[in-house]
Amino acid sequence: MMNSLFFVSALGVQNWTYILVGATFALYIGIAIWTRASSTKEFYVAGGGVSPLANGMATAADWMSAASFISMAGIISFAGYDGAVYLMGWTGGYVLLALLLAPYLRKFGKFTVPDFIGDRYYSKTARLVAIFCALLISFTYVAGQMRGVGIVFSRFLEVDINTGVIIGMLIVLFYAVLGGMKGITYTQVAQYCVLIFAFMVPAIFISIQMTGNPIPQLGFGSQLADGSGTYLLDKLDGLSTELGFAEYTEGSKSMMDVFAITLALMVGTAGLPHVIVRFFTVKRVKDARKSAGLALLLIVILYTTAPAVAVFARTNLIETVSNKEYANVPEWFKKWEKTGLITFTDKNNDGRIQYVANKDQNELVVDNDIMVLANPEIAKLPDWVIALVAAGGLAAALSTAAGLLLVISSSVSHDLIKKIINPKISEKGELIAARLSAVAAVCVAGYFGINPPGFVAAVVALAFGLAAASFFPAIILGIFYKRMNKEGAIAGMVVGIIAMLLYMVKFKLGWFDDAVPDKNEWWFGISPEGFGTIAMLLNFLVSIVIMKFTPQPPQEVQDIVELIRIPSGAGEASDH
Amino acid sequence: MTKNNAKAYWKENIKYVLILLFIWFLVSYGAGILFKDTLNGIKVGGFKLGFWFAQQGAMYVFVVLIFVYVRLMNKLDKKYGYDE
Repeated sequence: MMNSLFFVSALGVQNWTYILVGATFALYIGIAIWTRASSTKEFYVAGGGVSPLANGMATAADWMSAASFISMAGIISFAGYDGAVYLMGWTGGYVLLALLLAPYLRKFGKFTVPDFIGDRYYSKTARLVAIFCALLISFTYVAGQMRGVGIVFSRFLEVDINTGVIIGMLIVLFYAVLGGMKGITYTQVAQYCVLIFAFMVPAIFISIQMTGNPIPQLGFGSQLADGSGTYLLDKLDGLSTELGFAEYTEGSKSMMDVFAITLALMVGTAGLPHVIVRFFTVKRVKDARKSAGLALLLIVILYTTAPAVAVFARTNLIETVSNKEYANVPEWFKKWEKTGLITFTDKNNDGRIQYVANKDQNELVVDNDIMVLANPEIAKLPDWVIALVAAGGLAAALSTAAGLLLVISSSVSHDLIKKIINPKISEKGELIAARLSAVAAVCVAGYFGINPPGFVAAVVALAFGLAAASFFPAIILGIFYKRMNKEGAIAGMVVGIIAMLLYMVKFKLGWFDDAVPDKNEWWFGISPEGFGTIAMLLNFLVSIVIMKFTPQPPQEVQDIVELIRIPSGAGEASDH
Repeated sequence: MTKNNAKAYWKENIKYVLILLFIWFLVSYGAGILFKDTLNGIKVGGFKLGFWFAQQGAMYVFVVLIFVYVRLMNKLDKKYGYDE
């Protein structure tokens, strides 16, 4: 026992990382070769025969990106209560998906979201607007993912970020181009297993260390393991106020803004094309409902653990560094200092680290991402756990990137080429076009990963606002409001997306003014992240008003609406 | 499967959806945001209740809601002969 333990520690973080990352990559490539797509149906929707559980796992992996895995717990640990906007926002959308969208879109039985918009609103213009929205949303989102891949590589394997991005590109290229949706689905099943294991193991270890409770969800509401009888959250509230921060369990955003951001994220989730399209892959309507439930269950395992990790990490951080001698800081502090993710400037030259809310006195700046990436080291966990986190982060980033690339390639080859430019293209030709557009999409994504435009990080969160402002109302009205016509839907989508883009450009990027305008100038006190809610309401309003003044949709379209409301007979889903 | 059958099915479906979405709203926007401060006066273990709903409880309820919907709809499909 002692010998094997010694061997395990002698292997070192670096070698463990090579082993685990190498093994998982070999697994993904193996799956890709085994699940090659041979028809457009397999390429776009995995043949439409994926089991609800496999689809649930794939959806969960597709959904949980590098941001969920690496950044979210860190963001929560600095935001406290306010972090709930991400937790509720990124899970509550699945209720909307399961109850309002997934079953009907599955019954409709086409390949893409623009397919639905184009057919339901009997218009090429509507299809084009939808293609534009799908590409805009997916590209803003995917650029951030490729960057995430690069960052994980560079931190754990000590290659530079660009090399990391290129390695990631090659892997995704291989299985997305070869396997299409089919390959992506089954690699995502494997990636879900890797990422959830990698997230839970350190969380459970740390929960036991700090509170003696092996379940992190309960641990962060328990008493400390030191026998003092103090609750962990009370202690963190105390530490936070002592250092001048807001009480951890209270937060500092306005209620209005918390409400708006949560709603924008929920509705945005339900309107994201790469999430919606996953429900086209199951066999029956009832499978689509069940699959949405399973996906959320699997997501919630990570999402309920993240706030616990946030509390553990924040408490650990304060206790390890606050008012300690800089000369005596632990090794991980020095290591992460080199990456620039943690910086210390001794403003008052007392050799101690002052970590306080007051900006003039604070000497420590900590990047959000550290909370998950360095957490195992801060808690002194074994090397293999640290390496596991690297493999998990890569699984999260790669699975999401692949799902997005598929949406991009199908928007081009199916929606644009097959449905608009050249309807006579053969099945074989379309499959080639799909593969070529996947290659092109990977190259563009890689380019943005290597040369990230300064605003990528800022706009990734806003992809949700764009989805909320465009697709969600158009799809909901298309299913639940038979009278909705093309004029209303097109006007709604155009107004919604323009309003969102303008607000984002004004208040996030500051292009209309000399600088990014102050919070006080936000409309109704709502941040750009929460504005998707307003833009969505605007879309609904414009759609309905315009519809009142324009002719009702043709009878055959109204018949389609009747048809998608009935669950049976989804089996014959196809291209025509 | 007549037109009336489809209409009745749709009506029941809408009723379920509205009830479930009401609960969805209540646990997240209600307990987690609007009434958070009042609920925070109640403590369960180390958790203030409003905080717990916002960072834990709402998510558990979301999962339960979907599975309840799955069961209700499977029954409804059978009742109206739309089961597969």
